[in-house]
Amino acid sequence: MKKLKKNAANALEGVLFDGMTIMAGGFGLCGIPENLIVALRDSGVKDITVISNNCGIDDFGLGILLQTRQIKKMLSSYVGENKTFEKQYMSGELELEFNPQGTLAERCRAGGAGIAAFYTKTGVGTIIAEGKEHKEFNGETYVMETGLVADLSLVKAWKADDEGNLVYRKTARNFNPVMATAGKVTIAEVEEHVSLGDFDPDHIHTPGIYVSSFIVGTDYKKPVEILTTREYVA
Amino acid sequence: MSWSREEIAQRAAQELKDGFYVNLGIGIPTLVANYIPENVQVTLESENGMLGMGPFPYPDQVDPDLINAGKQTITELPQSSYFSSADSFAMIRGGHINLAILGAMQVAQNGDLANWMIPGKMIKGMGGAMDLVAGVNKVVVIMDHVAKDGTPKLLKACDLPLTGSGVTDLLITNLAVFDFQNELPLLTELAPGVDLEEIKEKTEAEFTVCPKLKRHLHVQ
Repeated sequence: MKKLKKNAANALEGVLFDGMTIMAGGFGLCGIPENLIVALRDSGVKDITVISNNCGIDDFGLGILLQTRQIKKMLSSYVGENKTFEKQYMSGELELEFNPQGTLAERCRAGGAGIAAFYTKTGVGTIIAEGKEHKEFNGETYVMETGLVADLSLVKAWKADDEGNLVYRKTARNFNPVMATAGKVTIAEVEEHVSLGDFDPDHIHTPGIYVSSFIVGTDYKKPVEILTTREYVA
Repeated sequence: MSWSREEIAQRAAQELKDGFYVNLGIGIPTLVANYIPENVQVTLESENGMLGMGPFPYPDQVDPDLINAGKQTITELPQSSYFSSADSFAMIRGGHINLAILGAMQVAQNGDLANWMIPGKMIKGMGGAMDLVAGVNKVVVIMDHVAKDGTPKLLKACDLPLTGSGVTDLLITNLAVFDFQNELPLLTELAPGVDLEEIKEKTEAEFTVCPKLKRHLHVQ
């Protein structure tokens, strides 16, 4: 089976339906599936529940799906820097479930590994733990969190080979590997397609078993949210 | 007199020990990296998935694939490593990070910490703060001693929603340092020009005073 698809629209064909749950990798605007998000917007699919650490900014990343009101609910750890988000959430149009960042990552990891739930100390004694099962282990209190599985995971990697083996680059890795494991269907977009054998098998980050198909993205913007530099001192 | 932002960061940097793996929060905690004591080597962790954070890049080194948890562009070091968010929080939640330094809105005398939401205002989210305070071995909290309107921030009980319960190990304010190892906070240090009366006046929490209370005459 050929995993490389022609373009983002082509890769999404037949997998989208209204009311679906979609995971999207990325931290801020770093390591986000830019091309697939645009194709998702163009598809018109609606009432989506999106699981992603953040929701982009107003006019880039997942933020563009807010402008078209395609997102019904977000599961995130941090949603600042997005006025559209704020407006839709405050008016009650958009549902939001906050997850601590580590809990969110672990819920994806657990979901992808077939683990229904796990116990963590994170959030004990806070509103996050309200209504959830608590249990003591070795004299300490833990709260139960459930694993997450998505109908579709969209991830961004640096390179893919024909098998769909993925390699990420620097901190653009973030949530992508765990989300790749937790999608019933996982579509990756990459900057570079390499031949079989080009990767050292010891250096593959996401084995191709998790990747249903992939595309080579075009026209990467990769905006920097907070440009911070130092001066050359002569 | 009191400690400035820079001086608070400088005082917090005294908590860094050689060989520590450290997570620095956004704001004043980030400044701590500028005051790492000589002969102390620490490795900075960024919870989006990096160990061994380097300094900010020169303008021609900027790489959009390389940012810290505050979304600022950074650089890597020869010892750096990258990993997924799940691995990153496994480090944090598994107790492998020695020290976290983060800001707060309120701290209670039992160590409760509130730093992520104000009811009625738009909530941005807790990010990794709840994981950090629950999992890191030592949690150092930095904040102004009182709010902008002058009300105390070190309280009997937090009225803001908590980030973690009983998680504070050390509190450094612009006026003083408190140790949270015992049932009540222990006042251990006073900033230059600050006396015990001022602390009593500006603190709602009950606290005890260290017999060897250190009065700073000037910044280290």
